Amino acid sequence: MTTISRTAGRQRLAGLSTVLRLDLRRERIPLTVWVLSLTGTVVSSVAAIAGLYPTELDRVHLAASIAANPSFLALTGPVTATSVGGVTAWRVGVIGGLAVGLMSIFTVVRRTRADEESGRAELLASGVMGRDTPLTAALLLAWAASIIIGLLGALGAIGNGQPVAGSLAMGAALAGPGLVFAAVAAVCSQIFDSARTATGTAGTVLAAAFALRAAGDLWSGGGSLTWLSPLGWPEKVQAFGGNRWPVLLLFVAATTAVTAAAVVLLHRRDVGLGLFAARLGSADNPRLGSCLALAVRLHRGSWIGWAAGFAGLGLLTGSLATTAGSLLSDNPRIQQLMQDLGGPGTLAGELLAAMGAIGALVAGAYAVSAALRARTEESAGRAESVLSTAVSRRRWLGGHLLFSLLGSAMLLLIAGVCSGLVYGSAIGDLANGLGTGLAAMTVQIPAVLVTGAVTALLIGALPRLASAAWAVLGGSVLLGQLGPLLQLPQAVMDLSPYTHVPALPTSHVEWTPMIVLVLIAAVATALGVAAFQRRDVG
Amino acid sequence: MTPAAAAIDVKGLSKSFGSTTALDGLDLSVATGEVHGFLGPNGSGKSTTIRVLLGLLRADAGQVRLLGGDPWRDAVSLHRRLAYVPGDVSLWPTLTGGEVISLMGRLRGGLDTRRRDDLINRFELDPRKKARTYSKGNRQKVAIIAALASPVELLILDEPTSGLDPLMESVFADCIRTEREHGRTVLLSSHILSEVEQLCDRVSIIRAGARVESGTLAQLRHLTRTSINAEVAVLPAALAGTPGVHDLVVEGSRVRFDVDDAKLDSALAVLMAAGIRTLSASPPTLEELFLRHYGGTESGAETGSSSTPMTTTNR
Repeated sequence: MTTISRTAGRQRLAGLSTVLRLDLRRERIPLTVWVLSLTGTVVSSVAAIAGLYPTELDRVHLAASIAANPSFLALTGPVTATSVGGVTAWRVGVIGGLAVGLMSIFTVVRRTRADEESGRAELLASGVMGRDTPLTAALLLAWAASIIIGLLGALGAIGNGQPVAGSLAMGAALAGPGLVFAAVAAVCSQIFDSARTATGTAGTVLAAAFALRAAGDLWSGGGSLTWLSPLGWPEKVQAFGGNRWPVLLLFVAATTAVTAAAVVLLHRRDVGLGLFAARLGSADNPRLGSCLALAVRLHRGSWIGWAAGFAGLGLLTGSLATTAGSLLSDNPRIQQLMQDLGGPGTLAGELLAAMGAIGALVAGAYAVSAALRARTEESAGRAESVLSTAVSRRRWLGGHLLFSLLGSAMLLLIAGVCSGLVYGSAIGDLANGLGTGLAAMTVQIPAVLVTGAVTALLIGALPRLASAAWAVLGGSVLLGQLGPLLQLPQAVMDLSPYTHVPALPTSHVEWTPMIVLVLIAAVATALGVAAFQRRDVG
Repeated sequence: MTPAAAAIDVKGLSKSFGSTTALDGLDLSVATGEVHGFLGPNGSGKSTTIRVLLGLLRADAGQVRLLGGDPWRDAVSLHRRLAYVPGDVSLWPTLTGGEVISLMGRLRGGLDTRRRDDLINRFELDPRKKARTYSKGNRQKVAIIAALASPVELLILDEPTSGLDPLMESVFADCIRTEREHGRTVLLSSHILSEVEQLCDRVSIIRAGARVESGTLAQLRHLTRTSINAEVAVLPAALAGTPGVHDLVVEGSRVRFDVDDAKLDSALAVLMAAGIRTLSASPPTLEELFLRHYGGTESGAETGSSSTPMTTTNR
């Protein structure tokens, strides 16, 4: 019996090393970028924090002000150890977990469902290849990349003179979310027959994990809600402090359980299909009669998903802002700090502004992905079909850019309204609260428009490099999240459009930078469309 | 523009992608109302030519006129008057076949719904299925139906039958004949000689980005040979001396040879006299034809003037 099952097990994984090498070949550039940028961030953070907060007293003060500042608490979690390493682990904890999680999701979906959707998997499946091979190869690749990021981060910290145990704990906590979300992406890839939906759903789980942790750290002081979120576990490891190794078992357990679920689902479905059989649709649809109607049809589903996410972000923001105003601490020192920081009103405003900045980056991701949809249509050959009809190139590209630009602006509007309504009704001044909440989100729109417009420019002028728009957005995220901490020169910070929008409601409205950003967006979009009209399609 | 003017008129068209030359001084002329076969092996530049005709690619050099206009500059207005079937049809996975057919029709400016329903029946397509679930042949059918149901002057079809089963190929052939009766112009690109022979009034043959032959099928008759495989009662000694017979192989009572279509008659007469027991005749593939007339390698194509292949015919 054992021999038979062992042989069957081998057959299920036949061709693994070949597929693994192929996957590695195809993912080498994205994975190299992920690994280098993430480990680079960890290593430079150690050095920066040692320079900026040289004494223990500086760092204790920082930890206390974080504990007293609801927006930092919500976005980054509490500082659990006040050594240089401990502050580094805090700073890279949440953003690092999010980034590694995204890397895993993209890698696994690309190498499983996306390959199936394109028919490439079928070509491989007809060779000597086991049923479990593609999924196993994709998971191994994502897991290996996560662990390498953790290891290199740990080595970097050790190289900068940090304790070995703490460094390893920090690295492990960084890799952990990568393991879990690779498995989550594997499950999503089994359920849905479209790569886009699979990535979107796995991304939603990641966002929910972030929201759960933010709410947990703010409302329950890092209690039960934080423990429920894989993005909360890194702070529970308490690298450089408690170094609580058993917490790492949570990552292993969750990864194992979710992976097992993915394998069960894999064995219950056909190659190329999802878990649900495709239903019959209508034989004709009179409303689908124009280029714009087609764009609406293609973007509708995903936009509605994003809109639901932004409504959730708005509700969370409003609730967090409400809490921020009334956050009480038993620690008199922290109470004093909160007063020094400007009291409950200012703290709520700061949280709204900080969440606005986060919302802007996420809306930027939508702007990039919606615009790149045009590029996907083009490389799949579907643009050719449409452009061989009486549709001009301008109208065709315009349909997709409409969603990128207007769609992302609408997302921030939705988040602003939801946040303002919750906050306004809590402070008992609906009009004022709605205005404040709305302004905090919508003030970011010009920066998001620039992101979408840069993508349009790339699509028009450098179509083969269009996905570099993600790198542009990633650069903005790094500058925005880590620039102030690393005290980068203003000239470098200014490269990000998000640096130029005023943080509302904590600062004053400045129209000039916003108008300039909108103008830049308009010019970049126009140049992108003009370049697209002049180049070859395909 | 008089009605008799060429629907497509291309002179000296060149197009490169980086260091690869796709089209190298191509000439192509398609008269209004004719079904024109555009024949060439894979990678010879057929699709690139069609993409230039559709204004999707910009010509590097040469003159291109389509329906009296400039395909690059007047793309939108010209596209109202033509329909295109790509060689590799890619559909929106979440749309049904029926939705795609109607959408493409409306984007072209109109759709004959009676004709569409008739075509859906004849091609046996289930239009309620999502494009994601269609096979290659079914995706091809969607594009063909959408093109044929549009009331346009010109049909540009890039290897439209690839992926269709023989039954559907014949339905397609019937449809093209109907189109010709209605006076529509058709540019039919293909690498299958028999398909082109069946449907086309005139043929242009392209190789390595340049035209090597153009004319009616009768004019190109010297190009086509039939392979004969026969079992005979008495070995026909006269066969070797019959004009137009090439590559004769005799194995016992079996004979195998190629014969110029123009000399088919006399070769068969010799066989008849020898007492035919079994006989099979197969048309040459395009690849054989190219091997024979233009040499098998890329370098052989550089002698692409129209006189060269004529001289090599009797080698």
